[in-house]
Amino acid sequence: MKNIRVLTLMPTVPDTEYIHKCTSACAGCSSDLILRHVLKAAGPDTVLVVPACCTSVLQGVYPNTSFGIPVYNVAFASAAAVASGMAAAFEELGKNTNVIAYAGDGGTVDIGIQALSGALERGTNFLYICYDNEAYGNTGMQRSGSTPLGARTTTTPGGKPHQKKDLDRIIAAHHLPYMATSCSAYPQDIVRKVEKALSIKGPKFLHILAPCPPGWRYDTAKTIEVGKLAVRSGMWAMYEREYDTLTLSGQTKAAMMKPAPLEEYLKIQGRFSGLKPDTIAEIRQSMERNLRLLKKEAEGTC
Amino acid sequence: MLTISTGNNAVAAAVREAGTGVVAAYPITPQTEIVEQIANFVTKGSMKASYIPVESEHSAMAACIGASITGIRTFTATSSHGLLYMNEMVNWAAAARLPIVMANVNRALGPGWNVWAEHTDSLQARDTGWLQVYVATVQEAYDATLMAFRIAEDRRVYLPVMVNLDGFTLSHITQQLEDVKIGDFIPPLVLDHKIDPAHPGGYGCMTSSVDYVRIRSDIERSMRDSVEVIRETEAEFAKRFGRSYSWTDDYRCEDAEVLILSMGTLGKEAEVAIDILRSEGVKAGSMRVRWIRPFPNLDLGDRELVVIDRNYSFGFGGILAGSIRAKTGKTCYNVIAGLGGQEVTYHDIASFVRNRKIGTEEWFGVKI
Ligand SMILES: Cc1ncc(C[n+]2csc(CCOP(=O)(O)OP(=O)(O)O)c2C)c(N)n1
Ligand code: SF4
Ligand SMILES: [Mg+2]
Repeated sequence: MKNIRVLTLMPTVPDTEYIHKCTSACAGCSSDLILRHVLKAAGPDTVLVVPACCTSVLQGVYPNTSFGIPVYNVAFASAAAVASGMAAAFEELGKNTNVIAYAGDGGTVDIGIQALSGALERGTNFLYICYDNEAYGNTGMQRSGSTPLGARTTTTPGGKPHQKKDLDRIIAAHHLPYMATSCSAYPQDIVRKVEKALSIKGPKFLHILAPCPPGWRYDTAKTIEVGKLAVRSGMWAMYEREYDTLTLSGQTKAAMMKPAPLEEYLKIQGRFSGLKPDTIAEIRQSMERNLRLLKKEAEGTC
Repeated sequence: MLTISTGNNAVAAAVREAGTGVVAAYPITPQTEIVEQIANFVTKGSMKASYIPVESEHSAMAACIGASITGIRTFTATSSHGLLYMNEMVNWAAAARLPIVMANVNRALGPGWNVWAEHTDSLQARDTGWLQVYVATVQEAYDATLMAFRIAEDRRVYLPVMVNLDGFTLSHITQQLEDVKIGDFIPPLVLDHKIDPAHPGGYGCMTSSVDYVRIRSDIERSMRDSVEVIRETEAEFAKRFGRSYSWTDDYRCEDAEVLILSMGTLGKEAEVAIDILRSEGVKAGSMRVRWIRPFPNLDLGDRELVVIDRNYSFGFGGILAGSIRAKTGKTCYNVIAGLGGQEVTYHDIASFVRNRKIGTEEWFGVKI
C-alpha cells in the first residue's frame, strides 16, 4: 500500500525495496534513506562495498542482514581500493555488476582519501558515494574533516575551530566523467543522479548530505526539514559536474535567487548552539564564497 | 625449459604460469622487479590479467581482497615496510578466507633505512592466519609460488599463502630455473563464498561473539587441514615435475648429533658449513625450516640444536628458536645472525656449531 503512495508522489523512483524494514539505524537516520534510494536506482545487479561507518552497523548482525544486495564490509581506509579490485575482477570475468562504495565522510575525507584519490586517478569503473553526516557517527560523533566550522562534536565540545574540508573541489581536481552532490531530502534527485552515474563508464562520485538527528541534535521528525534548509539556505549546494562542465541543480539555483535565512538552518540544530556572531559571520562568508564560485563556474565566467 | 633467472623473475614467471587474473601491487626494494615484470607481461600481452597500480600497499591488499572475493586468482608482492603498511588488510584477507598469494621479499625494518635481508617483516605477520613458506633457491621460489595457489585455493584451506624469499641474496641473484607447463596442476578456482548479486547478504558484517568464535576456530581448523593439503600438493608436484619439497629441507641429518636449524638462504649456506664440520669429524646436519605456518612437527630426537634466527622479537628472543622451544620443549643455542643483511658466511655458521652453548642466546658480531 505504502508503495502506491510513494509512486504517486515520486513517479521516477523505482518501487523495489532493497533495504528491509528494521535496520538498526537511529530513528530519523537520513543515511538509511539515501541508501534506500541509491539501491532503488542501482537495481539488483549491484555489490556494495562498505567501510567501517554507521552503515556497517545498520545492516544488522550476522547471519541476518537488512539489505537485499550483497554488501562487502571492509576496513575503514580501504573502500575505494577494495572496489578497485572488485571492478577490475568483474571486468576480467566479463560481468557488468555495479560496484558502489558507500562510505561516510570520515572514511572519505579523512582516512580513506588516499585510496579514493588513487582509485579515481586510475580510472576505476565504479561509483563512490560519500554520505556526509559531518562527523564520525559510528564511534559516537567525533569531529571529522567534514565537520563544519563551529559545530559541536564530542571532540570539539566548544565548537569546531576549523572549516569543513572542501572535498568536492579535491574530487573535481581528478576531472571525473561524472560527479554530483545531493541531499537526503531530495530522493528523486538522488535516484536520477545515481542512474546517470551508473550509465557512465569510469570513476563516478556522489557526495550526499545526510542530516543525522543524534549527531546534529535535532528532533528525529525533522530530518527532511533540516536537509531542505541546508539546501535552501545555501549551506549545501547541489550540482553535477561532467568533466569540467558544472550544472547547478534547480534547488540550488532557487536558493541562490532567494535563500532561506542561514540562522534558521543553524538554530534548528543543537550542535550549533551558542555560536558567536563572529563564527556565524565566518560561516556565512565561506558559504557565500562557495556559492559565488559555483555560480561563476556554472555560467562559464571563471 | 632450462633457463637462468633471478628470484624475483622466477616468482613473476610462476604468477603468469598460474593464470593469475588480477595483480595489485606497489613497488618497494627489493621486491619491485616482481611487479615490474608482471606489468611488463600484462602490457605485452603474454599474461591476460588486470594489473592495478595502486597508490599504497594498504590499497594493494585491499584491491586483492576486492578482486579475490569475486572468485578470481589474485596475487601481490611486497617487502618490509610495505608488508607492515598493509598489515590491517593482511589480517583481513585471511579472516575473509581469500586464497590470495603474496610474495614477500624479506627485508629489514627501519630506522635506519636498510634494504637487506631479514625475516622480522614476515614473522610479524605470523599470527594473521596466512600460511607462510620460506624458500632458498630461485627454483624453489618458482615452484613454491605455483604450489601456493593450489594450496590456498583448496576448499579445505581457503586461506592466503605468503611465499618468502630473502632480499637480494635470493631476489636478485641468478641461478638456473627449470620452468614448467602447469597444465591442470592448479584446478580452476571455485570460491564457495564468492560475492554474487544472486546471493544477497552481508559479508563480514557485525558478528556476535558466539559466531565470531566459531568463525575464528574455523580458520584454525583449516590451518590444521592445510597440513594434508600441503603434503598432497608437494607430492603431486614431485610426481608431475620431479622436484620434491617438504616441511624442512634436510641435509645430512640422518646420523647427525647436532643440528643447525635456520630459514631462507642461510639454510643453504649452512649446508656448506655441515660439510666443513663433517670433515672435522663433527656429526652435524642442517634442517632448513620451510613452513612456519602451519608450524611443522619437527622430529628433532635428542640431538643438540643450534638455531639461527635472522629476526628478533624484542623482549623475547629469536622467533624460530622460541617456536621450536614452544612446540618441542627443547632448548637450543640461539644465534641471532644476518639482521639487516649482515654477512654470515659458512665459516661463521660452522663456528656457531663449534662454539655452541646450549641454553644461551648470542648475537653474531655484537655483545649485549
Ligand atoms: C583503522 C581504523 N581506525 C578507526 C576505526 C574506528 N572507526 C570506525 S567507524 C569510524 C568513524 C566513521 O565515520 P564516518 O566515515 O563519517 O561514517 P559514519 O560513522 O559517520 O557513518 C571510526 C573512527 C576503525 N574501524 N578503523
Ligand atoms: S548516527 Fe546518524 S548517520 Fe549514524 S545511524 Fe544514527 S542517524 Fe544515521
Ligand atoms: Mg560520518
